[in-house]
Amino acid sequence: MASSKSKTLTTRATNSEYSLRPMIFYVTLWFSLIFGLMFLATLLFDIITTGSGRLDLRIFTEFPSSSPERAGARPAILGSIWVIGTTALITVPLGVASAIHLEEFANKKSRINRFIEINVQNLAAVPSVVYGLLALAFLSALGVGDKNIVIAGAFALSLLILPVVIISTREALRAVPVEIRMGSLALGATPLQTTLRSTLPAAVPGIATGSILALSRALGEAAPLLLLGALVFVSFDPNGFLSGYTTMPIQIFNWTGRPQEEFHVLAAATSVVLMGLLLMMNGLAIFIRNKFQKRY
Amino acid sequence: MTEQRRLDVSNGDRVIPETPNAVMTLDDVNVFYGKFRAVTDVSLAFGEREITALIGPSGCGKSTILRSLNRMNDLVDGARVQGQIKFRGEEIYAKGVDPIEVRRRIGMVFQKPNPFPKSIYDNIAYGARVTGMKPSSMDDFVEESLTKAALWDEVKDKLKQNAYGLSGGQQQRLCIARTIAVKPEMILMDEPCSALDPVATLRIEDLMKDLSNEYTIVIVTHNMQQAARVADRTAFFTALSDEGSGDRTGVLVEYDKTEKIFNNPKDQRTEDYVSGRFG
Repeated sequence: MASSKSKTLTTRATNSEYSLRPMIFYVTLWFSLIFGLMFLATLLFDIITTGSGRLDLRIFTEFPSSSPERAGARPAILGSIWVIGTTALITVPLGVASAIHLEEFANKKSRINRFIEINVQNLAAVPSVVYGLLALAFLSALGVGDKNIVIAGAFALSLLILPVVIISTREALRAVPVEIRMGSLALGATPLQTTLRSTLPAAVPGIATGSILALSRALGEAAPLLLLGALVFVSFDPNGFLSGYTTMPIQIFNWTGRPQEEFHVLAAATSVVLMGLLLMMNGLAIFIRNKFQKRY
Repeated sequence: MTEQRRLDVSNGDRVIPETPNAVMTLDDVNVFYGKFRAVTDVSLAFGEREITALIGPSGCGKSTILRSLNRMNDLVDGARVQGQIKFRGEEIYAKGVDPIEVRRRIGMVFQKPNPFPKSIYDNIAYGARVTGMKPSSMDDFVEESLTKAALWDEVKDKLKQNAYGLSGGQQQRLCIARTIAVKPEMILMDEPCSALDPVATLRIEDLMKDLSNEYTIVIVTHNMQQAARVADRTAFFTALSDEGSGDRTGVLVEYDKTEKIFNNPKDQRTEDYVSGRFG
């Protein structure tokens, strides 16, 4: 009683948030955050200052050239769009269908399904170059001679991000309350109707967000495409699934390897374009998530 | 087991009151979840265009029984029904019976309002679309269903708005409208008012009385006043310990006209429960 008399409410509680140990903890958290952000800031600052000299329309309109003055990344930008678009066409239907099967229809207790589930998670952690090798071996086995075609590149990138799309789609489906499925089934809908008309539409925002983020990962990949022999010097626009192509990361990789300083500037400028595209895709994902966010 | 048999007298001797025009009859129904017996030896009959209330303390198996009546229990892992449940003379757990068809004819309203994340209009039209009903005019079909559920006047100007914008009571009436839209022959309600305030509860009760002119309704409720207000017949369940396993299992204690259950019950446990002495 005596001690409580001497205390007022403005007295700091023992072990308050402002004592030494919590403060050390906060400072460590802040430091970690700043450390990560500094890297991003340095990188952005570096490529923007380096590339600003060539960050003009020529990047978008010109083809690569041996003379850095006349060179641009037009085929690489178009190639990236072609390859990522084709990847999306392959991955989204396959990934969403697989996730629907695993989440809504497969018997979760069966050993085969648990084995598949664990392996999907493992596949998401496999390095991208391994998928390049896999695609290379697979296409060779099929007897595809020229592997530097849009559809082959998209195939390799699809292998890479399919597990990510499956996992994020399953999470989106799991987030749909079971009451919605029950309500549909109680009206006499079949399980398939319930999935297609109720569960899947309710999960679309999550599926779209997950797929876009996975595709933006694929957009930055060079290794699997290099293994397939992607061209580094393309002087034509890709014009179909069987067309040759190059992509922005490959173009950047190529220009960075050149001795002339002007090509390094071009590489930095192309990096800025690539970053811009990535930011747009992530922005779209955030927009979709906020716009269609559901209260249940 | 002996304990159960002794306490089960009302069932064992089939002292079920005359239920004229029974639409559905239960004969020695046991429901299991895996090895666990949730409900033991229940025999009941639901009269056509009557409201039957299932009451009893938590864990007495009343919701389990309800979900067995339209095979919603099939969706629970390991759930199994033993005994006979006949709907208009047909055994609903017989081989070859399509649970989808059972659910189309026996609709269900849940404890928590669960409209689809769609417009009010699409919530009503959903059942018609999935069951392949082809009303000559979907607009009239939606209006008719909402009118029957006493919701039309409140929502007629916002049919295209998301159903989540409605209040809890309105959402529950929307769920009832959605259920009656597919023209079921029987409606099961699992504590439909437990998430609602008293005013919304009274509106749903009025609606249930109106609907009982056309539909057979079975309602599970924790609210004894609600059973007394709306139900024609009331079944009182309780939970007993199985001496062998120590598991608790639900049994039917007494089933009769509602006024008998509340004013003149035969079983001491029913009297204790309805007078608030236990449960």
